[in-house]
Amino acid sequence: MKFEPVIGLEVHAQLATNSKIFCGCSTQFGAEPNTQTCPVCLGLPGVLPVLNEKVVEYAVRMGLAVNCEIREKSILARKNYFYPDLPKGYQISQYEEPICEHGRVDIQLENGEMKRIRLTRIHIEEDAGKSIHDEAFVGKNESLVDVNRCGTPLIEIVSEPDMHSPQEAYQYLTKIRQMVRWLGICDGNMEEGSLRCDANISLRPEGTTGLGVKTELKNMNTFRGVEKALAYEIERQNEVLQSGGEIVQQTLLWDEAAETAHSMRSKEEAHDYRYFPDPDLLPVIVEKEWKQSIADSLPELPDVRRTRWLSNYDIPVYDVDLLNSDKGLSDYTDKLFGVVNDSKTAANWVMGDVLRFINDQKIEIHDCKATPDDLAKIIQLVEKDLISRSSGKKVFEEVAHHGLDPKKAVEKLGLAQVSDSGALDQYIEDVIQNHSDEVEKYLSGKDKVFGFLMGQVMQASKGKANPGMVNQLLRKRLEELKS
Amino acid sequence: MAKISDQDVEKIAQLAKLKITESEKESYRSHLEEIVSYVEKLNELDTDDVDPTFSVQQRKQVLRPDETKPSLPREDALKNAPSQANGFFRVPKIISQDRGES
Repeated sequence: MKFEPVIGLEVHAQLATNSKIFCGCSTQFGAEPNTQTCPVCLGLPGVLPVLNEKVVEYAVRMGLAVNCEIREKSILARKNYFYPDLPKGYQISQYEEPICEHGRVDIQLENGEMKRIRLTRIHIEEDAGKSIHDEAFVGKNESLVDVNRCGTPLIEIVSEPDMHSPQEAYQYLTKIRQMVRWLGICDGNMEEGSLRCDANISLRPEGTTGLGVKTELKNMNTFRGVEKALAYEIERQNEVLQSGGEIVQQTLLWDEAAETAHSMRSKEEAHDYRYFPDPDLLPVIVEKEWKQSIADSLPELPDVRRTRWLSNYDIPVYDVDLLNSDKGLSDYTDKLFGVVNDSKTAANWVMGDVLRFINDQKIEIHDCKATPDDLAKIIQLVEKDLISRSSGKKVFEEVAHHGLDPKKAVEKLGLAQVSDSGALDQYIEDVIQNHSDEVEKYLSGKDKVFGFLMGQVMQASKGKANPGMVNQLLRKRLEELKS
Repeated sequence: MAKISDQDVEKIAQLAKLKITESEKESYRSHLEEIVSYVEKLNELDTDDVDPTFSVQQRKQVLRPDETKPSLPREDALKNAPSQANGFFRVPKIISQDRGES
């Protein structure tokens, strides 16, 4: 029998706020252990949590961007369990009435088709602390706990089981990361844990619509890890089912190094979190006016921009998706498109010179000193044959480093293209004098030598000669020699 | 009158990570039964048209601006811990598989 995988993802995104969700402690990553705590996040008795307004705003931003309904009144609930990195003995989360519900995102499949993935909900919650077991300085019979991360705001984005392959899950995750980064609510860094992903996965006979027994996969720390872990688990479940066995509902921990998953030693009974509304916190109210002002503040979303670019500019889909993958890059390109004649040429410049520059310099696009207007000027200089394409590259780098006007950079580098026929004739005469053998060959009909002679003239001019004019003048001069 | 079974008491104790003796079990069982029966009085009221009370406070929501405030000095944060090491809270070894969080 052939089985179809059914996959749903739960993505946790750490919100990029300055302070924690219920207290004023900093959320800065990498601080010394237990230096960012206070009575609230330490869970000391008698304290009152107060919700950070940015957390609500960011959750609503995401909700609106993925077409969720926003609940005007949502409830913060306690999820009760014991673990040493959770000092209160409960995590404040949302259960029955989450802030966002019923959303959707569109992902692109390998064949180019779009597929809609439904979102069940997005809710607000707090992160737990960190426990350390494996470091050398931890004794054999102890674990160490750092509470700094406790109370860092998260949103949990829960999808419907709408994905049917590891590739679809990968695309979905990429989409979620693009969205949170685009909206500026999370840095999307999976390796550092600011984006985390758990997967629910089951198999069902192809052609049926029910759901089989599912397992939950955790501890996948990279995008490729998610893809690999899912492929592994699909294969494992398939083997069990093909041999007539039954899937046991359980949680599996992915081991990235060994590329295998281990079952968590789960207790007999299901977890009983005893959710109930947190009596210390009032319902979260998002009134229409607030929701509207958040909606008004949303940037143009990536899907909308993609469609606009594809209909307004003559650029291949591949280029559009690459340039649209990051908001900074996309905004830069969009401004550039607004001021150039030829969008494909502009796209090539960004994908080539601009990306190479920011990657080499390890900087963000907004730290590049060549603005879209500067780049448009450089492109124009090349179009008008005032500088060569290769000089254009040098000019761009000069401007990107030092932020001077492109024309000044051309002067500074002495790259103004020589289009003066008198000067060019001089180069041509020199080359003809110095390469009489090659000239002979050309005259005897070996047309290929022309390229060599052309190259010599360009070299003599240190790349500044206008190639089109050199081509014309050299050809003319050689024809004269023939007769 | 609500019925609380021995199994109910055992489950509650286990969720609260409490060890209780046989004699305590019976005492808790009867106490819990009394408490639940007392609260059951509320069932006499028709609450079909009443919204759940999520908070007894009548005020509007209170939010704080996203501003950081100084945290506690680490010595103070760790002061009440039964055990500490290298600036961390020190706890009996956690077997990571026991984690209940999802």
